[in-house]
Amino acid sequence: MDTVVAVAESVRKGDKRAVEIAETALARIEQRDRDLHAFLAVAKDELLAQARAVDEKRARGEALGPLAGVPVALKDALCMRGVPTTSGSKMLEGWRPPYDATVVAKLRAADALIPGKTNLDEFAMGSSTESSAYGPTKNPVDPERTPGGSSGGSAVAVAAGMSPASLGSDTGGSIRQPAAFTGVVGLKPTYGRVSRFGLVAFASSLDQIGPFATDVRGAARVLSVIAGHDPKDMTSLTAELHDYEAACGASVRGLRLGVPEEYFAEGLDPDVEASIRGAIKALEADGCSVRPVRLPHTRHAVATYYVIATAEASSNLARFDGVRYGLRVEPKAVSDQSQGSALRAMYGATRDAGFGPEVKRRILLGTFVLSAGYYDAYYLKAQKVRTLIRRDFEAAFADVDAVVCPTAPTPPFKLGEKTSDPLSMYLSDVYTLPASLAGLPALSVPCAPTPSGLPVGLQIVTRPLAETTALTLAAAVEASHPRRDEGRR
Amino acid sequence: MSGSWEAVIGLEVHAQLLTRTKLFCGCATSFGAPPNTHVCPTCLGLPGALPVLNGEAVRMAVRTALSLGCSIKESSRFARKNYFYPDLPKGYQISQYDEPFSEGGFVEFEVEESGGQAKDAPPVTKRARLTRIHMEEDAGKNLHDLGGGSVVDLNRAGTPLVEIVGEPDLRTPAEAAGYLRALRDVLVFLGVNDGNLEEGSFRCDANVSIRPAGSSTLGTRVELKNINSFRFVEKALAGEIARQRDVLESGGRVVQETRGWDEKTSSTFSLRSKETAQDYRYFPEPDLPPLRLDEAFVATLRATLAETPRVKRERFVSELGLSPYAAQVLTQHPRVAAFFEEAATLSLDGVAVANFIQSEVLRDVTTRGVEAIFPVTPGQVVEILKLVSQGKISGKQAKELYAKAKGTTASPAALAADLGMSQVSDPAAIEAACAKVVADNAKQAEQYRAGKTGVFGFFVGQVMKATKGSANPQLVNETLKRLLGG
Repeated sequence: MDTVVAVAESVRKGDKRAVEIAETALARIEQRDRDLHAFLAVAKDELLAQARAVDEKRARGEALGPLAGVPVALKDALCMRGVPTTSGSKMLEGWRPPYDATVVAKLRAADALIPGKTNLDEFAMGSSTESSAYGPTKNPVDPERTPGGSSGGSAVAVAAGMSPASLGSDTGGSIRQPAAFTGVVGLKPTYGRVSRFGLVAFASSLDQIGPFATDVRGAARVLSVIAGHDPKDMTSLTAELHDYEAACGASVRGLRLGVPEEYFAEGLDPDVEASIRGAIKALEADGCSVRPVRLPHTRHAVATYYVIATAEASSNLARFDGVRYGLRVEPKAVSDQSQGSALRAMYGATRDAGFGPEVKRRILLGTFVLSAGYYDAYYLKAQKVRTLIRRDFEAAFADVDAVVCPTAPTPPFKLGEKTSDPLSMYLSDVYTLPASLAGLPALSVPCAPTPSGLPVGLQIVTRPLAETTALTLAAAVEASHPRRDEGRR
Repeated sequence: MSGSWEAVIGLEVHAQLLTRTKLFCGCATSFGAPPNTHVCPTCLGLPGALPVLNGEAVRMAVRTALSLGCSIKESSRFARKNYFYPDLPKGYQISQYDEPFSEGGFVEFEVEESGGQAKDAPPVTKRARLTRIHMEEDAGKNLHDLGGGSVVDLNRAGTPLVEIVGEPDLRTPAEAAGYLRALRDVLVFLGVNDGNLEEGSFRCDANVSIRPAGSSTLGTRVELKNINSFRFVEKALAGEIARQRDVLESGGRVVQETRGWDEKTSSTFSLRSKETAQDYRYFPEPDLPPLRLDEAFVATLRATLAETPRVKRERFVSELGLSPYAAQVLTQHPRVAAFFEEAATLSLDGVAVANFIQSEVLRDVTTRGVEAIFPVTPGQVVEILKLVSQGKISGKQAKELYAKAKGTTASPAALAADLGMSQVSDPAAIEAACAKVVADNAKQAEQYRAGKTGVFGFFVGQVMKATKGSANPQLVNETLKRLLGG
């Protein structure tokens, strides 16, 4: 499939009609998704209507938006008016939002086409897309393997050529890790750079929407469309946008790279390490300087993250109570006939049936760490450690322009390999969590695959709002590691 | 209550702010709309919706705090109070917890001192401290027994509230009622609350304990929930204090719990005990950045702060010469006070204006919340009083003229002319009328001259009757004295 920029150019020039692109995308989804299960809903009618509207706009001689005719699939945690939005949970089965997320409104305004909603771990809680209530998504590189998660469906939609770009959300690595596992580009912007309005919340202080694309420039173009202040999200930043596409063509010469020794420790797969070291060497050859940096609080990131994220999740998911929308299960028998206990029984039955085991585990964890008597020891302590992790990066960025490291410690693992061991699943995010806790922009770009052909992603973390630096470096990595054909097998 | 016990009372007041829209979304706050019509993704708690803080609510909350002498925090935070209830769409209430936007402050109130003093003894002014004021959103309303079980109306969900937390400085139910009235007056005069207890826009919870008089330790406290009228405050507190006294005097222990007030039985009943108290798992609201209230912003609000009713009353007495009673009557509602002030400014005779408004206008004024409907304009009142001061009409005619002007936009001067009203100030005409009355009542004239001066009033009355009230009373007095004195 063509890149985002190539598709938009072909539509703008009139080489292709948007309807043709939409039909091609639908055919490709039809062909590939039976096996891969990247999509939870294909919005065929909406997609074709959008495509016709773009073609008519061009026929009227009106200026087209930067994503004219470009399919951009949506992680199913993003609300799109009238289209089922489940967030991968039985709890929201059949629910149709009455409104568009801000990013969806921005995609529409940019004349993008939205082919549908992609699979994810339930409420974005997971690292393999296996906790989805609707079954796992498979990695197109090897269908025995996971595409990562939680935005696995959005990564696979791009990796398998079903959509040149997609949107995911990243709370602790949910864009970067699946991008690394499927061999595409995935960018988590600075916290607050993209509005969260319309994103079904997992952990509000960490959630951030970002793009997947087949190439770095495509990710840059999608970012330039979805970024910016939104009066509907008070945590969105007012800072001016940069020229993200121009950054993709800038020189890396003179950029200072920091390599954190803490990330090259026990647990790092030797093939991944070799690929990462090779990519860093290539950047050095392009004119970057490389030096070691220390991020000493990295080892506390997993614990810190699982306190803060679960605390916020336990509160964010309280609204799924069976009262107003979504699943409602009436209890079979209520021993006590009082109104209060009937209500509590309905809550219990609904939430027991609606949430899967991983979501329940996190709600319980989060409820515990916020409880009277435990708050100081867990939640408050975690907030303090979060500050220390942020300061680690601030100190590092005094000397370097970017921190480069692996996105994930291993290549994509096998489906079912970690589902019975939550802790080993949590550790697959060990390298992505620190940037999330620090609110920093971070990007995963494919570098050399392992000898057995599995994808590896290089993670680039930069200063707040310095997505441009990450894009410049990623474009250089991409140039020295030409993209392979999508979806071998 | 027997003399050996002392009550310790602290009040928590929830007051709805009179903003046009809700605290975190653009939905209207109006009361009485069909159920679930003033709702949107945010106040329904739909997935993905986010709160956006209402600046108007912040300004009203800060003005409230400034009026009550609170200090304003440059940085404060919202927090989530987590609990499940059908009227709480998100499963948490956005409130402020450990970092409220204001602290300290006080309420000054008046209370009649009980205990056998003369009935007209002036009330005593007292002061009770505030702990804090914070902002939070209201919940919706659960409606029960409408046929198919319980239903929820979320129109009210997200309405802005200030919670005004008082220190346990009150000692009697009468003090609590005085405190509440004074607090309500302050909010209503600021225009931030309509002071309506019955509709729930001004709600009160009370913490009450008792201890032996003279003790400085606190007894076990009981929380009384949702007291929705000033009358109930005194009754509910008195009932609860009596209950606690009975428990202690019969050798029992007061249990820490939440109780409600049953109007029918005039007693309190247990709602829930401390053991079943909820753990709200407060934590900072991650969807809202810290609230910054910089000095310049606060200074601007401070500079434009309306007078409190107490300051207004003092000024009416010291600057306009009103009696404390008249000042009290004219500050019972902000619109009445504004009406009086406008008329007083136009007429330059505040006392005459105050008397006329009290004796005539007030009984025709209807108030609802912060709104009031007046039968005439301040300009019409001033014009009527001007006709009196110019000697053109009598005081009695002024009342008649007011009755005619009510509900019209007519100029009282023109109306007086149409009605042929004019006060007789012609000395010759008055002389003639007085002479006739004296001549017709020779017997009474005899009595007067014999020293029975009490009949003087009879002659004045007869002259006024003969002139249909239009005679200038001062001239009548002078003329009669001269004629009778001869």
